[in-house]
Amino acid sequence: MKSTLFFLAVSIVGKSKPHLLYFRGFRYWIRLLLLFFIPNEEKTKMGVYTKDQLLARLKELQIEFASCTHPAVLTVEAQAKYVGHLGGGISKNLFLKDKKHRYYIISALAATTVDLKVLSQRLGLGKGGLRMAPEEALQEILKVSLGCVTPFATMNESAQSVSLLLDEGFKAQQGCLFHPLSNEMTISLNSRDLDKFLISMGRKPVYVDMEAAPLVGKDQPPDLAFLIPSGVPKVDQPEKDEVSSKIHISEKNTRTETIIHANNKKKSPEKLHSAPIADVRTFVDELIERMSASVLSEIAKETDKEQKELPGSVIDGIKKYLGADFSNLAMSFKNAAYTEGFHSGIQSVLLKTGQNITSYGK
Amino acid sequence: MATPETEQKVEGEQVINPWEVSAKDGGKIDYDKLIEKFGCQRIDQTLVNRIEHLTSRPAHIFLRRGVFFAHRDFKEILDLYEKGEKFYLYTGRGPSSEALHLGHLVPFMFTKYLQDAFKVPLVIQLTDDEKCMWKNLSVEECKRLARENAKDIIACGFDISRTFIFSDFNFIGGAFYENMVRVSKCVTFNKVVGIFGFTNEDHIGKISFPPIQAVPSFPSSFPHLFSDSKDLRCLIPCAIDQDPYFRMTRDVAPRLGYHKPSLIESSFFPALQGETGKMSASDPNSAIYVTDSAKAIKNKINKYAFSGGQDSIENHRKFGANLDVDIPFKYLGFFLDDDAELEHIKTEYGAGRMLTGEVKKRLIDVLSELVERHQRARAAVTEEMVDAFMAVRPLPNMFS
Repeated sequence: MKSTLFFLAVSIVGKSKPHLLYFRGFRYWIRLLLLFFIPNEEKTKMGVYTKDQLLARLKELQIEFASCTHPAVLTVEAQAKYVGHLGGGISKNLFLKDKKHRYYIISALAATTVDLKVLSQRLGLGKGGLRMAPEEALQEILKVSLGCVTPFATMNESAQSVSLLLDEGFKAQQGCLFHPLSNEMTISLNSRDLDKFLISMGRKPVYVDMEAAPLVGKDQPPDLAFLIPSGVPKVDQPEKDEVSSKIHISEKNTRTETIIHANNKKKSPEKLHSAPIADVRTFVDELIERMSASVLSEIAKETDKEQKELPGSVIDGIKKYLGADFSNLAMSFKNAAYTEGFHSGIQSVLLKTGQNITSYGK
Repeated sequence: MATPETEQKVEGEQVINPWEVSAKDGGKIDYDKLIEKFGCQRIDQTLVNRIEHLTSRPAHIFLRRGVFFAHRDFKEILDLYEKGEKFYLYTGRGPSSEALHLGHLVPFMFTKYLQDAFKVPLVIQLTDDEKCMWKNLSVEECKRLARENAKDIIACGFDISRTFIFSDFNFIGGAFYENMVRVSKCVTFNKVVGIFGFTNEDHIGKISFPPIQAVPSFPSSFPHLFSDSKDLRCLIPCAIDQDPYFRMTRDVAPRLGYHKPSLIESSFFPALQGETGKMSASDPNSAIYVTDSAKAIKNKINKYAFSGGQDSIENHRKFGANLDVDIPFKYLGFFLDDDAELEHIKTEYGAGRMLTGEVKKRLIDVLSELVERHQRARAAVTEEMVDAFMAVRPLPNMFS
């Protein structure tokens, strides 16, 4: 009861407009402290699932599956030793990322040949666009350990924007074998039931002929380009996306919103690696460029000269002199905004847990 | 108990350790000999070029002018960085007084450049316990000084999303303390006496302090920051007199299964009265303080900056200035960014065509601007900002 009230209160706070420019400090501090204070059942509502919850969910949906536990396995070969009796096709699962920090799970029958170069081209990423995702991403995004990549990992909030590609070959199998968020167990279920599950989690199942290698070129657009994660939640939702934390010159004077979503609603994707960073250097470079452009055009107007005729050294001088000053100012501003967000985050959570402290950490 | 350091004093050698810096016979510090004695490497132009290439920006003035002139294992850090492996920075300050002068800011200005150029996180240690022990100040006073110094450090422009500042009194415990004990077990009493020159009369606080400065070089000391990256390397920008701490650390690290920290070391900032003079807190005219007004800076430079010019204008035009001992020229070497202009001053002043007054005037302009910028930044630092910098919090984008 208390936890539900908590979430209700937090979502109300989040929906109203905080009248300060909150920086990332607010957002991740909320998440961090909430994860600390919230019991496990709320964690689920926040979108971190365990194996047992998954199995319970499958049962709820009346999906039939066979299961078998075994010692932890890290490879398909090791897994094969224990699950032969279940019948059906063992899946091999790859967790990949592209150069723009978008993530993909490729789930295919162990026997299917998966050529990453071909898939990368079919997705429109060029020849070498797909790489194996780093180990940290496994934990951060899929919330699973090594050797445990599975289509079921897409049920986690943090994996909302991970694109899932399923092997067409699954459809032909009686049962397909996957890890249910733990590599100490394997479950076997029909591909139609897998679809049922994915749809219930708000995901559209996509099957791909992994071994096809259509030509990709000027007249033949990449056939899998629609699978690139767009970073926008797949489900329609009225709330805005989580705020971009880049301090943009046009946003400096607007109020930005940080929204904490309550349990049932689909959260906007947690973009761990592609969230725009408040980078002082890029900000200052852009500032100076815009300023130089407008100064040049104004001078050109006044003196009726062409912009090209104006001394470029003037602009270089401005860049050099102001660049350092602007960087310092921007850094000061960034630090101040972060500080405000940080303290509000702390106060917000502490208020909810019934404490009220005026100063922190002396 | 005679120690290697005290023995050297008797023989008239230069003494460089964390608590004393003095040249041989009141002369200049011999850096070549120091490098040889300590066993570190010089930073040469190829290394500077490599840094420029890796970071896609011009090298910091302190690298170009040879202020940061020595290193240990910095090449390894660059090799790994090229391959995509990151590292973190560690530097610190002993908050012994509220008044910071420009020499104190030098390592922090350089560290800020490293943080921006390589896009890596930074931990800053405020050794308030060390000052409490060595300067015999009260615990409360040291804690207060640490916070005040933190404000000046923050004003140097560190990125809060990548920086963790901590004071020993507030932070020691947990994994940090565990590492302290591990390091302490590896260093004998004899060893610290040999390295730091402790005697039987020194209190035990001093003797057990060195591990505290060693331990931030190991990422496992900061589980809230680096729990995912236990293999992370550490780069320590510091003044070369801190080298003994890190020689000890590098000796201990492999025994604990940790990587040795790398170092990049700076030379000493000269006092206003010249290389032979000592910068002391009791003499406000021995240095330019960050709290000085433009007027005070002008006065100090004009009156107290040791000049290498000749005694009369005729002699000066004849012989030129002695650039080796001229303080205004040296200071310009630290703070005048324009290489071409400095070169011009070097030739003109060295030949006697430029007068000391002109050089001093240029220096006053440069320093006034620097100090004013710092004061503005300092004014923007609030107590809440210090709290945020010093809060034990994760830094999710510290490598971005």
